[in-house]
Amino acid sequence: MTAPLLSLSGVSTYYGAIQALKNVDLQVHEGEIVTLIGANGAGKSTLMMTVCGNPRARAGQIIYDGRDITHEPTHLIMRRQIAQAPEGRRIFGRMTVYENLLMGAETSGQTNVPALLDQVCDLFPRLRERLTQRGGTLSGGEQQMLAIGRALMARPRLLLLDEPSLGLAPLVVRQIFGAIRTLNKETGLTVLLVEQNAYQALRLAHRGYVLVNGAITMAGTGVELLARPEIRAAYLEGGHYT
Amino acid sequence: MIYGLIAVGYTMVYGIIGMINFAHGDIFMVGAFLSLIALLALAGLGITSIPIALALTLLFAAGLAALYGWTVERVAYRPLRGSFRLAPLISAIGMSIVLQNFVQVSQGARVKPMTALIPGGWELMNQDGFTVQLSWMQIAIVATTLIVLTIFTWLVTKTPLGRTMRACEQDLKMAGLLGIDTDRTISLTFVIGAALAAVAGLLFLLYYGVIDFFIGFLAGVKAFTAAVLGGIGSLPGAVLGGLLIGLIEVFWSAYFSVEYKDVAAFAILILVLIFRPTGILGRAEVEKV
Repeated sequence: MTAPLLSLSGVSTYYGAIQALKNVDLQVHEGEIVTLIGANGAGKSTLMMTVCGNPRARAGQIIYDGRDITHEPTHLIMRRQIAQAPEGRRIFGRMTVYENLLMGAETSGQTNVPALLDQVCDLFPRLRERLTQRGGTLSGGEQQMLAIGRALMARPRLLLLDEPSLGLAPLVVRQIFGAIRTLNKETGLTVLLVEQNAYQALRLAHRGYVLVNGAITMAGTGVELLARPEIRAAYLEGGHYT
Repeated sequence: MIYGLIAVGYTMVYGIIGMINFAHGDIFMVGAFLSLIALLALAGLGITSIPIALALTLLFAAGLAALYGWTVERVAYRPLRGSFRLAPLISAIGMSIVLQNFVQVSQGARVKPMTALIPGGWELMNQDGFTVQLSWMQIAIVATTLIVLTIFTWLVTKTPLGRTMRACEQDLKMAGLLGIDTDRTISLTFVIGAALAAVAGLLFLLYYGVIDFFIGFLAGVKAFTAAVLGGIGSLPGAVLGGLLIGLIEVFWSAYFSVEYKDVAAFAILILVLIFRPTGILGRAEVEKV
């Protein structure tokens, strides 16, 4: 097997004196969808943000594309074709949808912005209708599409998605997960997906990791993890069978 | 109008890092002194053409003041980013005092006079021996302010740099995640704000003809009032606030008493803070989550 695109080894992250990640090992290979599931406060988002260098890992090493990025400034990491649609979407509410999308392409040196914009709008037709609207006026699902679209504008090799299904109607969740699958199949986009919606995430992903209290407790393919009784008990027996 | 130019600097910095830059008024004062030095030097060099001298002075003062702005941010605010909210505020007050005393020591405490460079004016009305005159200087101030603000508005709304600045203003962390060098953007904001303050300093020098090391304090607080009145964080609000504060002062002086014109301005500040803390054009934070 070739070297992974992203690899974390022994990563620990702290908020002040509180340890949020404990000695985490995780690999994402090119072309894979990898999901990270876990309960509230398990450290899923922290892991995502640690890859981006904010907060910074206090111990361990993060290798991306053969390069050690553990100590690089955030904005330089994000210029290496890594893009994140973060928790809570964080779109710019007082900018138009169009400007939000432009921000995604701004720093990655894209030369053909109109073509990229077209691709994103083909993927999420709702965005095309609302290009001139302010981001803050969009519905939750549209905002999530915008957050993903903005990340895609950087033409990432690695897309980090933090809880894209949070607070959305099942139909919209299906749309968004469908878009992720399409992107992965057609363009070979590598995706690291953080989810609480474990059932759908594990069905979508090639492999998965389970994070409990900041430590990885289980790893395996999506199908394997779905079949594990302890996973079913902890994450699936709560009406997530949609 | 001059207040408007200074107020824009307050509003920009507040918008982007949520902090009142108390040293901003003193950058304005430094700008006025730099203008005076440049004008005297140019006169010494034998450049007598007033438009050329003014243009050179503008560049010199704006450039050096921008350097001051950058230094202040670098020395006094950046190391404190991420610490508790009051820390940079206190540091800003310290910086303000440092600048005042620096100018006092290096330039002396006496009031510096300057002869009027643009005399004369445009007579609007002449009746029974009373004339209503609009001086060229007043016209120049209005024109300069409008030009500078137009360029500046274009910069913020239409260019990539402006988009970057607005992105940092709305969500600094997300801006970083999009590959924006947030530290650099914040520095640039200070630089632009300081350059605008220097333009205001030059106009102040030309209009009033006297400056001392203490003008920054009062002008700074007034401009701050203007920014709050217009709605802090809003650029058009800063300009509008500047105009209103100017008008309020003039009318107060005319109808009541000149001695208490500062009272009028600060009474406005208090009233605005009590009854409409978001200012005239301030945004009510209604956003879908």
